[in-house]
Amino acid sequence: MPVNNPIAGLNKIFDNRIRLGVMSAVVVNEEMSFNDLKQLLEVTDGNLATHLQTLEEAGFLKVHKGFVGRKTNTTYSITKAGEKAFKDHLGGLEKMIRGMK
Amino acid sequence: MAEQNQHLEALQDIRQMMQRSSRFLSLSGLSGIAAGLWALAGAFVAHHLIAEYYGDYNEAGNFSGFAFQQLKLHLFLLAGGVLALALLSAFYFTWRKTKEDKVPLWNHTSRLLTINMIIPLVAGGVFVLALLQHSDWRFIAPACLVFYGLALVNASKYTLSDVRYLGISEIILGLVATQYGNGGLYFWAIGFGLLHIIYGFIMWWKNERKTSGR
Repeated sequence: MPVNNPIAGLNKIFDNRIRLGVMSAVVVNEEMSFNDLKQLLEVTDGNLATHLQTLEEAGFLKVHKGFVGRKTNTTYSITKAGEKAFKDHLGGLEKMIRGMK
Repeated sequence: MAEQNQHLEALQDIRQMMQRSSRFLSLSGLSGIAAGLWALAGAFVAHHLIAEYYGDYNEAGNFSGFAFQQLKLHLFLLAGGVLALALLSAFYFTWRKTKEDKVPLWNHTSRLLTINMIIPLVAGGVFVLALLQHSDWRFIAPACLVFYGLALVNASKYTLSDVRYLGISEIILGLVATQYGNGGLYFWAIGFGLLHIIYGFIMWWKNERKTSGR
């Protein structure tokens, strides 16, 4: 990784706003349910599900499937890898903006 | 330049999401003011009830168990009524604010806020009931204030940070009140009445004045 590359710390997965939003929410909360995230980000079920799947496949999210009564209740929490990737991404953004000033 | 703005925007998005997902920011300052006014009105009525009881007591010159039972019952009902009115108006003003902010009243963050507030509050409530059971009057007002303060400090992590200072003020006031056994009602009125009004006003001034546009 070249030291002077300004976008070295940025992670392509977080280019998408919804994925960035999901990560911002799960990094400060122990867990978020699918509905909590949907409410927060104001997106449709299908759209959110796709992005959650991408994040899960990258190993950034842990998924817990549960039930509240008879309804499924899926909650998401951040993984160690996800936390590291997100922090690196934030660091990258910060460095980049500072460098441009 | 355009790219820099784009990244700045991304950072702002992130900060907003982190805050919105972990804190319930639609708590209305007006609900604090309303609760404070109800508390002051309640304290005023309680003051009269107690004065009346002592007046009768001095006239009769002897202790009447029945009158004392009546007083206890009236004070208990009064406290319940004040609590109900304060909660109702708090819900109303906060509900109004959530409509303005276009967020649901019952969501992830308000749930966190409620749960974390209820834990010390229920502990305090049970403790105060135990004090009543053992007729230990002196520490009822201090215990109300201290436990309520602890509940606010605990809840402040999930809402506006001003709530933390209100909580700390209530705790200090409660601890000071332990030294003035007979002034319970006055401390109660200051803590639940005056402090609520002051902090409610500060919260309203800081967070709602501009947005309500009136």
